Amino acid sequence: MAETKAIKKQINHLLGIQNISIHQAKKILNEAKDFIKLNRSGSKKLDILRGKTQINLFFEPSTRTQSSFDLAGKRLGADVMSMNISNSAIKKGETLMDTAMTLNAMHPDVIVVRHQDSGAPNLLSQKVNCAIINAGDGRREHPTQALLDALTIINRKGKIEGLKIAICGDIKHSRVARSNIYLMNMLGAEVNVIAPKTLMPESIEELGVKAFTSMKKGLDSCDIVMMLRLQNERMQGSFLPSKREYYEYYGLTPDKLKYASKDALVMHPGPMNRGVEIDTKLADDINVSLVKEQVELGVAVRMACLKLYCK
Amino acid sequence: MKEKILKNCRIIDPSQNIDQVGSILIDANGKIKDIGKNVKISKQTSKTEELDLKNKVAIPGIIDMNVFVGEPGFEYKENFRTLTQAALSGGVTSVVTMPNTKPLIDNVSMVDFIIRRGRDKSNLNIYPAACLTREMKGNEMVEFGLLSDKGIIGFTDPYQAIQNTEIMSRIMDYASDMGALIMQHVEDYELSKNGCVNAGEIATRLGLQSIPSVAEKIIIERDLTLLSEYPCRYHINQISSEKSVEVIKKNKKSGKKFTTGVSINHLCLNDNDIGDFKTFLKFSPPLRSEDDRKSLINAINVGLIDVIVSTHKPEDEESKRLPFAQAATGSIGTETLLSLALELYHNKSIELKKLIEMLTINPAKILKIEKGTLKVGSDADICVFDLDKPWKVDANKLKSKSKNAAIENRTLQGKVLMTFLAGNLVFEN
Repeated sequence: MAETKAIKKQINHLLGIQNISIHQAKKILNEAKDFIKLNRSGSKKLDILRGKTQINLFFEPSTRTQSSFDLAGKRLGADVMSMNISNSAIKKGETLMDTAMTLNAMHPDVIVVRHQDSGAPNLLSQKVNCAIINAGDGRREHPTQALLDALTIINRKGKIEGLKIAICGDIKHSRVARSNIYLMNMLGAEVNVIAPKTLMPESIEELGVKAFTSMKKGLDSCDIVMMLRLQNERMQGSFLPSKREYYEYYGLTPDKLKYASKDALVMHPGPMNRGVEIDTKLADDINVSLVKEQVELGVAVRMACLKLYCK
Repeated sequence: MKEKILKNCRIIDPSQNIDQVGSILIDANGKIKDIGKNVKISKQTSKTEELDLKNKVAIPGIIDMNVFVGEPGFEYKENFRTLTQAALSGGVTSVVTMPNTKPLIDNVSMVDFIIRRGRDKSNLNIYPAACLTREMKGNEMVEFGLLSDKGIIGFTDPYQAIQNTEIMSRIMDYASDMGALIMQHVEDYELSKNGCVNAGEIATRLGLQSIPSVAEKIIIERDLTLLSEYPCRYHINQISSEKSVEVIKKNKKSGKKFTTGVSINHLCLNDNDIGDFKTFLKFSPPLRSEDDRKSLINAINVGLIDVIVSTHKPEDEESKRLPFAQAATGSIGTETLLSLALELYHNKSIELKKLIEMLTINPAKILKIEKGTLKVGSDADICVFDLDKPWKVDANKLKSKSKNAAIENRTLQGKVLMTFLAGNLVFEN
């Protein structure tokens, strides 16, 4: 019998910033700009994705990313289904492929996936016949977060090229940090990463950044200060001695912010640990904090991604 | 069986320091009768089967010191029959089988089973290893004496090091008296826990938790320190990094007696090859950097590493088609062991004689078995290969029951053509 092979059409996936070109990144950002206005207007609904099916497949809990993708799909007119798969209930691993095959049979046009294992979306993309958008995998990448951060910076500073950006905190376990390092570098910024040594990944400088363990040195003349969330379980002795020691040396306070450039802006992917990685007043200071804007533009960026990848 | 003569072949037998074109005469009992340039056969030529092996190389049958057979418990990954086919296709005539089966080989009754099963289903020379500790838990030593009497060749907890220093010291102390061979997988569990790739740029880019090479170094240092107190037959299953090479160098200089292995994968691949989460390249220990790989080759050339093994580890698709962190480690490899090793000869990394030595007489010496040699009177286990024949690895054509070949699609130079077991031609390509 002749061997039959399934014909797989060429599909573009958004697996990570590492996997896209500067041209694609700029296209997404440009597309997103148009959606900012729309999202602020009274009539937010378009029918660009009418008839398309979007599945949000979240193996890890998420509030803002999932709701942002949910809203983005709906505003573009897609049918959106969200699946939250609790991890403990099912045997690991099998779930991913089995679920993927099941969902694939329902002919979705795009699957937005978050998974605790690095590389899970890559694996998924080999199995399904629709576009995969990575909504965060392990500690590898969170491309839409980096894109929304870029859009937020462009919105405020007009450009990214030539800016000096500091990323501070738990770099080791952060997919947000990695995606931002790739994207900001790609768009022409100079990137510093600041973390205690136990939270700094190996050979991070190979990614084209300067690594610092001191906030004073690392923040020097930076235009953007991105703070990262520090997971609770890392603060209790295995990576760091204590919360208060971390706050003392790495928490962003108005005093430490003075090391950065005068008009420096502060960002955080959320959710924040107030009083751990960031001073609570600083977090709410609308003159320097871009936190709310990040959430707002997140929807626009995800609309752009859905529009471009969901074909 | 008729008397056989293999003529006109290049014979490489490091055990006798032979590298010359000549003949090998095999008697009717499957033993080597004569070897060399001027081999005379009996006048009644009809009694002797002649094989002309012009331009071919003949070496002692390969001894692979680290093979997983799958029986009992994992027959869906590999069994004695498929392992035998794979091994013989690769010129491997003797294997040391790992005890991490289900149930584990950690007691006398299991040894009987495995030996009987091996004898019934395979014509390979099978040397079973047993666990080092009961249930492979690292807490209580197994019955070294009784198990050795039953035919266990060595003791190892595969892919697990004894973490408890006190237990390890007692194992070494007790085993030394029994003359048992301890084969340690060197890896500090706390430092390697949840890790799956080498610590470095690749780990950072892929976002995977890493295993630093110091996890390996620290156990080697500990064990070699204990070895001064409790000299025993101690073998390091495999090393993967430059740091480990340094420790071994220092200890060999001070005169300590122990042996070291390396997997062919760590000599021919590095962590860059993992690419986009290729789980077939997930190993324990992990593939390390190109600098580490080079240091291993250098260590071989200065005599710090004794054997090359395949770490043949068949895994089914279900164990590999998973996110990288969850996927099983290992690759099949006994069938491609020689061909891949020859890559190191062709790219001028290691001399041919050295490679053959590490695949034949060196493991035989460590295991204290009468194999790996073509000396007159020894079993005629012989591997005949074409040194230059190019071929491409196609996992579907490999004999192993599982198809997880790390070197899938790699073009290799040099292929096994014939394998003899006790004088019988058991594989021909």
